[in-house]
Amino acid sequence: MTPTLAIALTAIFTAISCAVLGAFLVLRKMTMVGDAISHAVLPGIAIAYLLSQSRSSLPMFLGAALVGVFATVVIEILSKKWKVQSDASIGMTFTTLFALGVVLITYWSDKVDLDQECVLYGEIAFVPFNTWTLAGQSMGPIALWSSGILLLLVLIYTFTGYKGLLMSSFNEDYAAVLGIGVGAWNLSLMSMVSVATVISFESVGAILVVALLVAPAASAYLISQKLKPMILLAALFGLSGSLLGYMISAQLDISIAGGIATMLGVQFALILTITQFSRTS
Amino acid sequence: MFDPVFIKVLLGTLLLASSSAVVGAFSFLKGESLVGDAIAHALLPGVVLAFILGDGRHPGYLIIGALIAGLIAHYGIAFIEQRTKLKSDTAVSLVLSTFFGFGILLMSYVQRTGQGQQAGLERFLLGKAAAITMVDLYVFTGLALLLLLGAALFYKGFQLMTFNEDFAAAIGLPTGTIRFAFTVLTVLAVTVGIQTVGVVLMAALLITPSAAARSWTSSLPRMLLLAALFASAAALGGTFISAALPKMPTGPWIVLVLGFFGFSSLILAPEKGWLARRRRATSNRNKTQRENLLKLLYGAEERAGEPVAMTAEAMVDAREQHYEGLTKTLRNLKKEFLVVERPDGFALTDLGRIEGRRVVRLHRLWELYLTERLGMAADHIHPQAETMEHVITPEIEALIVKELGNPEVDPHQSPIPYEED
Repeated sequence: MTPTLAIALTAIFTAISCAVLGAFLVLRKMTMVGDAISHAVLPGIAIAYLLSQSRSSLPMFLGAALVGVFATVVIEILSKKWKVQSDASIGMTFTTLFALGVVLITYWSDKVDLDQECVLYGEIAFVPFNTWTLAGQSMGPIALWSSGILLLLVLIYTFTGYKGLLMSSFNEDYAAVLGIGVGAWNLSLMSMVSVATVISFESVGAILVVALLVAPAASAYLISQKLKPMILLAALFGLSGSLLGYMISAQLDISIAGGIATMLGVQFALILTITQFSRTS
Repeated sequence: MFDPVFIKVLLGTLLLASSSAVVGAFSFLKGESLVGDAIAHALLPGVVLAFILGDGRHPGYLIIGALIAGLIAHYGIAFIEQRTKLKSDTAVSLVLSTFFGFGILLMSYVQRTGQGQQAGLERFLLGKAAAITMVDLYVFTGLALLLLLGAALFYKGFQLMTFNEDFAAAIGLPTGTIRFAFTVLTVLAVTVGIQTVGVVLMAALLITPSAAARSWTSSLPRMLLLAALFASAAALGGTFISAALPKMPTGPWIVLVLGFFGFSSLILAPEKGWLARRRRATSNRNKTQRENLLKLLYGAEERAGEPVAMTAEAMVDAREQHYEGLTKTLRNLKKEFLVVERPDGFALTDLGRIEGRRVVRLHRLWELYLTERLGMAADHIHPQAETMEHVITPEIEALIVKELGNPEVDPHQSPIPYEED
């Protein structure tokens, strides 16, 4: 497998997984919670790195995802029980956890192979060099495997939970009447977002994963507000944006993650312009 | 540690932190604080472009670049909110992440072309107070003073806009102008703030001081002052910690200290804090439980026509529910000489009888008031009275008695027990 293909596939797998989850976040008006989770997992990741001393320990990283779920629980408590405005609850929680993460990484800098740059924009260009060896045989880049597993997880989750997700996304009260546990679906979705963030973290960093979550889904929403076409379009836009971004970054030799986020933004702006014009004409 | 440079950095950090906290307080109250977060992230491409196109070292270019990028981000969010069906959270996170991504792209370009001073750019990501030059310090301190002045000048307008925008427009305030001034001030506050904590953690400087201050006071001027104080204290604490520990970043430490203030205020503050509210809820529950027990005993006496005792089990049965902390309530009642424990159970003392009679009286008075004056059906009034009997004060009781003309019986023909004096 060529390095280029490994990077491109990792980017595509990550982008599609995030885009599908992002569709639900957009519908539930919870994209900022997704943003908060992506920042909040940092202390979990720092601890996972410290304890596992390697990048291949998947269980460890799923443990780190728990911190993301913890953050959503804290946000819920702040806004529902302690009556803090929801935007302020989000802002307070994620900045504190993210700051804690940065401090931990700096504190353990000689023991943890992670630096602030990686945290902020990932190192997808290094994906081909971190390979996984099983029984003496190289199995290819770890990140490719983990993003592939992520995509599989997201697809299984979406197919099996489709009805519950659909109901609880559009009409919470109706879903509650039908006996669909809105809280449970929320928590499961946030857990998935958390896992996706942790797995994408190494390749695209904490903030750009937000672009992957939000931009394709928002672009899709401009075209259709029905769940099924929206998910499909979001996946498509995730794919096209990440491919375009990767190609441009490779051409210009600049940050791949930055290129992907930029192209996702440009793509949104284009679709926005087209839908605006077609509406007025 | 106390060399002049450290002192100057400290003073600068104090001003920067408190001025962004004051501006952040208004957007906090408006419920738009995450827009500030988006603007902070969106400044990155502006700052980097200013660095590429202009003189990277000059703070003036940075401010102009930041101002332009911040305004574009703000109006971009407003456009998406108004012209599409997307909700505001999506608009905010979309602008935040894609602008930031573009900034990262530009930064990697600067890095690749090897413009030596890129170290100066990295400080905008997570802040690096130590890297602030003296020129920066003077410029940004001046800007911070300007911000405080601006907030003071527009105080009335911001206040009205924050609490009731329609009203502000109705009394003829130029809301468009005020809104623009506010946006410019926010962008400048963020530009100033990112000198210390960077774009990623800027939201903390805008939001957390206000969230902390809000739980201590409800008055706007006091809240602004407190927010500025919390931000300054955090800037102080963070700067000291990062100076004392090797390799420690200043920005994240300021944010951590701020988070500590924020969360502990939410827990500990009197009245609005979580502990205080829990204590109030517990004491209300205790009061209700005590009064219900006394009422139960009084009712048993009334039926029997003589003082009787009830066992704890009988009390649980009579209320048809399990009494949480029944034994504790009984113990407290005993301690206050409201009940006595006898071999056959618990009985009212004279003092307890007065108290029990009062609760029963309030219950029956309220039932009568609901049927007589509010026209409710007699079979709907009991649950209402169950709540009100614990709430009615002696003054209101007197008014109800007077209003109903010293009634003798309630709607169910049970006597209303007055004190014989």
